[in-house]
Amino acid sequence: MIKVIDYGVGNLGSVMNMLDYLDIPAERISMPEEIKGVPGVILPGVGAFDAAVEKLHRSGFRDALLGRAVAGEIKLLGICVGMQMLCDGSEEGVAEGMGLIRGNCIRFPNRLGDGGRLQVPHMGWSPIDVVNDHPITGGFDIKTRFYFVHSYHLLCESECVVAKAEYGVEFNAIVARRNVVGCQFHPEKSHRFGMQLFKNFYRWVME
Amino acid sequence: MKRVIPCLLLQGERLVKTVRFQKPTYVGDPINTVRIFNEKEVDELIFLDILASAGHGSPNFALLERIVNESFMPLSYGGGISSYNFAAKLFELGVEKVILNTAFHDSPDLISCIAKTFGSQAVVVSLDVKYGWGGQHVYRNRGRKRVKGLVVDHAKRAEDLGAGEIFVTSVDRDGVLNGYDLPLVGLVSDSVDVPVVCCGGARNIDDLQDGLKAGAAAVAAGSMFVFHGPHRAVLISYPNHEQMVRI
Repeated sequence: MIKVIDYGVGNLGSVMNMLDYLDIPAERISMPEEIKGVPGVILPGVGAFDAAVEKLHRSGFRDALLGRAVAGEIKLLGICVGMQMLCDGSEEGVAEGMGLIRGNCIRFPNRLGDGGRLQVPHMGWSPIDVVNDHPITGGFDIKTRFYFVHSYHLLCESECVVAKAEYGVEFNAIVARRNVVGCQFHPEKSHRFGMQLFKNFYRWVME
Repeated sequence: MKRVIPCLLLQGERLVKTVRFQKPTYVGDPINTVRIFNEKEVDELIFLDILASAGHGSPNFALLERIVNESFMPLSYGGGISSYNFAAKLFELGVEKVILNTAFHDSPDLISCIAKTFGSQAVVVSLDVKYGWGGQHVYRNRGRKRVKGLVVDHAKRAEDLGAGEIFVTSVDRDGVLNGYDLPLVGLVSDSVDVPVVCCGGARNIDDLQDGLKAGAAAVAAGSMFVFHGPHRAVLISYPNHEQMVRI
């Protein structure tokens, strides 16, 4: 059973729809106690970093998740801002991330080294390049692409990088460390590619 | 990878298509149409409620919920969004971006307000542009009422307020299948740093490419994806993967 955290940020509707379509048993939860005894948790997120961190903290989920993730008791998938919150912090704000994956988020530049303009946010579909295999990337091939919508991206140690993508600059699309994985894109908005990712996550959780 | 977005008009519970924002003709059932676009692995969809937009009603949340439930790609919605609560409710349903048109003129603070909580990337300002006395102007309420000021000034203002994207529609080219208003696309794209999506007039892949070359970050079309042939038979279509790669 996968639990999807409802902490007042980000729409869960699309995530729940896709999981439901895939026949993956999933439930939305809004109370931190509800992650007890659960093998897999999805942390969605959209919008501003500080706002999301604050809501996660106020809901009680931050501490609950941190405790169980550090103890290795759950497998956690962070999506978009949910992934960004896994790290230490973001240039976007002043709030502290969970520090589960060491790193920081920085903004895409508006001007590139060669003088070209870059429109921020990065909004659209992009292929990814898997650099370190992970259970979550099973079945990905050259056609695999995902829907991204973000102005900030996560910088972290190379050993935590599962997949990269490019938008003016190279950035991390999927990061992972032990039982925690994060994807910058929105699998729930990436039709069959997102479905593959959720299937992989479920399989990984249940193994 | 460039975004190619079908733009669908809702009138009540029906999908319709207009010509120069007039004469809505029936295209089909929105749920069925979304299912077809799902199968075609469309990158993104735009839904505009033209009744709500013209001031006759507010977003049809029940219908939107059903539409969103069928979509596994990003969906933007516009039409009569006049409050933060409406927008919040739409995001809760699963809508990716809200498109504001009349509200941009009536209550521009709404744009900053929504952008502040949900992020700029969640807010699109839509500018409907028509030729009138003294050149091109922005119109509100589905092309009924002219707004003062230069088109580019409106675009810049939208960007300053926090809109993450500008959606520019040429009312004159809507449904006419005569190509985009490329000078308009270029004018708006050059004036702002945020992505500009153009709409109105595209009839084939060459037109889509021209729109991108003119500076649009993404291209949208209605008639091109719902009609086929000189007699405008309804046929839902979308470029396949090979064609998309070439765009």
